[in-house]
Amino acid sequence: MPIISSDDVRYIAALTHLHLTEGEIEVMRSDLSTVLEHFESLQRIDTTEVEPTGHSTDVRSVMRDDEPSDSLSRKYVLANVPEVEDDYFRIRPILG
Amino acid sequence: MDSELIHLTAHEARGLLMRHEVSSVELTQAVLSHIEKVEPRVHSLITITPELALTAAAKSDAMLNDEKQCGPLTGIPIVVKDNISTKGTLTTAGSKMLSNFIPPYDAHVVTRLREAGAIIVGKGNLDEFAMGSSNENSAFQPTRNPWNTNLVPGGSSGGPAAAVSTGECYIALGSDTGGSIRQPSALCGVVGMKPTYGLVSRYGLIAFASSLDQIGPIARDVQDCADMLTVIAGHDPRDSTSSPTAKFSYSARARTNLEGVKIGVPREYLVTGMEKGVKAAYESALQVLESLGASVTEISLPLTDLALAVYYIIAPSEAMANLARYDGFKYGHSSSQADDAWDLMKLSRGEAFGAEVKRRIILGGYALSAGYYDAYYKKAQQVRSLIRKEFSEFFQKFDVLVTPTSPTVAFKVGSRAKEPLSMYMSDICTIPANIAGLPAISVPAGNSGNLPVGLQIVGPPSADSRVISIAHSYEQATPWHLEHPPLW
Repeated sequence: MPIISSDDVRYIAALTHLHLTEGEIEVMRSDLSTVLEHFESLQRIDTTEVEPTGHSTDVRSVMRDDEPSDSLSRKYVLANVPEVEDDYFRIRPILG
Repeated sequence: MDSELIHLTAHEARGLLMRHEVSSVELTQAVLSHIEKVEPRVHSLITITPELALTAAAKSDAMLNDEKQCGPLTGIPIVVKDNISTKGTLTTAGSKMLSNFIPPYDAHVVTRLREAGAIIVGKGNLDEFAMGSSNENSAFQPTRNPWNTNLVPGGSSGGPAAAVSTGECYIALGSDTGGSIRQPSALCGVVGMKPTYGLVSRYGLIAFASSLDQIGPIARDVQDCADMLTVIAGHDPRDSTSSPTAKFSYSARARTNLEGVKIGVPREYLVTGMEKGVKAAYESALQVLESLGASVTEISLPLTDLALAVYYIIAPSEAMANLARYDGFKYGHSSSQADDAWDLMKLSRGEAFGAEVKRRIILGGYALSAGYYDAYYKKAQQVRSLIRKEFSEFFQKFDVLVTPTSPTVAFKVGSRAKEPLSMYMSDICTIPANIAGLPAISVPAGNSGNLPVGLQIVGPPSADSRVISIAHSYEQATPWHLEHPPLW
């Protein structure tokens, strides 16, 4: 498996909407290369026909009755919003 | 008098409260002034809530007049790790991202604590978003080890573990994703337990890795730990991974006879790099268990060696998904440098997340990205299935496994911060229990060079009572639970 490159780090940073400085990118590349090398050990294990486990619980598809109830009040919804205008969330332009 | 009160166990303090020899207000005042004394050197707490605590204590004193209204935590001062939501009280997850965040609701476990009459005195310091093993990743001051303040308390529940150890509270709630309750408990000389996955609701726990995270107790002895677990355990429909059937109950007397208990000791946990003093304390602990009548058999669990890699692929992948919500729009840090929405997201996250959080986001993103998903994430999940199967076969022959909790005692502040892999190795003994969702407890097992060593006991899913019972028997046959750090 290829060890992670600076371009890989930049690419993943873009996918995860995470700003990294050039200095951070280099440190990240070096740290993660060491970590990923260690994980090569997993490739030695035969996992043919082994089902992946996403969870350590056997609970599946938990449902509840559709009972109407109050949702969080506007006061609480807006309480932690960085920029509020009237009752709206004020954000930066998404398009253009 | 106050210093005697501070170092009691919760169940001893409860005795005084029930006999009205002390009131909850007096107990809380003693704890609050101890906190003032201790905090400048230990920094266990991000937020202290004296007024709310004294108001709650007055209410609990009223409850204490009617025995029928009382439980094991009524009137008892508690600390809650700061990744557990407390309505109206700052909850930061140890991060600049949430340094001003005030939750609009209580976590399920907090609701249970309040109903039980427990007194929340403050929020415990932690590694940012619970990512770390030393509490050095807190965006606020790192917590120091109560036994030696040049050393780390462990992490990520370093604050809660230190607070229990110093006497800043009687019991605490931590969270454990790869060992974050057990490892700091071992390094601080207290009891810490991660319950079976699904026994305690995660509703209101700021998510790190949803298939691994669990909330659990940290306490000065096993009985207090069991009492806290009784209060917080049980089904919660607001957490879809909460077990619909799991229950927890435990009766207080420790068995002095462990005849018939079959303990398996996997040799893979005695890793290279395990300190001699830790190994020695561990071997003495096994002798104590044998003297109580248990049989101890050395065996091999070969997949143990892969658990670290499995964890450090799955946990960052889940973390990357869970931390996607911090976008600068709805709550949390919002960059003032952004021209458009995309910049707002990137810059808010870049400015407010610490180095370890960023590292895990990138690692998780890499493991999940097209081209690498099969080799990393899917592979890790398959090996996870094999690890669960290996444990399941083990538990057909044995009742519990017993290992050291941590390969080393507390280490110097700054000594591992620059080498992520060496920091990750701190969790090598604790991670397997999270991968398989198993109940696991750490109890004090002696000292190495005047620093505490922890013993870990792990059981099969839903065997929380069994794990606690064996821990209780070991504890009562040894003096370690009676020690507290001399500095306080």
